[in-house]
Amino acid sequence: MAETFGNYEDISQARTQNQEYLNLSFSPSSIPIKQRWRNNGLSADFLGDYFTTFFPKSENDPASLRRQSEIKNAVSYIANELLENAMKFSDERLNHPISIRLMLDKDRIIFSETNGVSREQADSFRTFINKVMSEDPNELYIQQLEENAMTDSSAGLGYLTMVNDYGAELAWYFEDVGDNGVAVTTEVKVAV
Amino acid sequence: MATIEGENYKVEYNPDTATIAISGALRLGGLGEYAPIIEVLNAALDEHTNITLNMKQLEFLNSSGIAMLSKFVIEARNKETVDLTLCGSSDVPWQGKSLINLQRLMPKITLVVE
Repeated sequence: MAETFGNYEDISQARTQNQEYLNLSFSPSSIPIKQRWRNNGLSADFLGDYFTTFFPKSENDPASLRRQSEIKNAVSYIANELLENAMKFSDERLNHPISIRLMLDKDRIIFSETNGVSREQADSFRTFINKVMSEDPNELYIQQLEENAMTDSSAGLGYLTMVNDYGAELAWYFEDVGDNGVAVTTEVKVAV
Repeated sequence: MATIEGENYKVEYNPDTATIAISGALRLGGLGEYAPIIEVLNAALDEHTNITLNMKQLEFLNSSGIAMLSKFVIEARNKETVDLTLCGSSDVPWQGKSLINLQRLMPKITLVVE
């Protein structure tokens, strides 16, 4: 069974010859998560740096410098959050790789991150997604900050900051993969 | 002076000036891992009523770090007697996007972004 949430576009297949892609893939069980955590930042910073190539800066134009720095930060922040979530929630029993793909489209960057989770985890994530889709993201964000402070948690905050602070559009694709597992793909689109 | 130093970050609390400076890149895994920094922030809240948090050199903060800052701001707000100044830099993109939300949690924050 498969289901989608939001405007899911599926960038898993290249649509034209001249689109820029970058893929990273990790096996969930090869290194303990604690050691791998460091890699999230390294990968995210690499992705951020890499994509600045397509937004050249001119030393004489402060606006171009600022734009490049904004894009680098946005890519690095979003990729880091997606990878952190993937590392936290991946179910190692499923042996499903964690992959992140970035595509540069005409006027936007699209992130697509996939990992395997247990059915229970998928159910509780679905509840969160429905909340994000149906409520005012700004209000939900502030409400979540207040709740998190009471419960000492930071759950869901990554997605809400993407929407509120980076103007991102989110969509998801859930697909059953056997062994009571679900492959969850998170798609994040940001205008550039 | 209390100092916490990690792989890519540094937190310095100067009790004489009631100033906490956080610098570098903070991407710890969940609020639990932020506990030592939260302790420093809470120490400042216990000892002072006029606190400055300097983040001008904080280049990167993940969402768990944002949760930590929000928690600190909410606790400062709940104390009612605390005045909080947040210093940021307009050269650090995340600060222009995310610091404003902290003011929504505590409207009387003084936000200085230069």
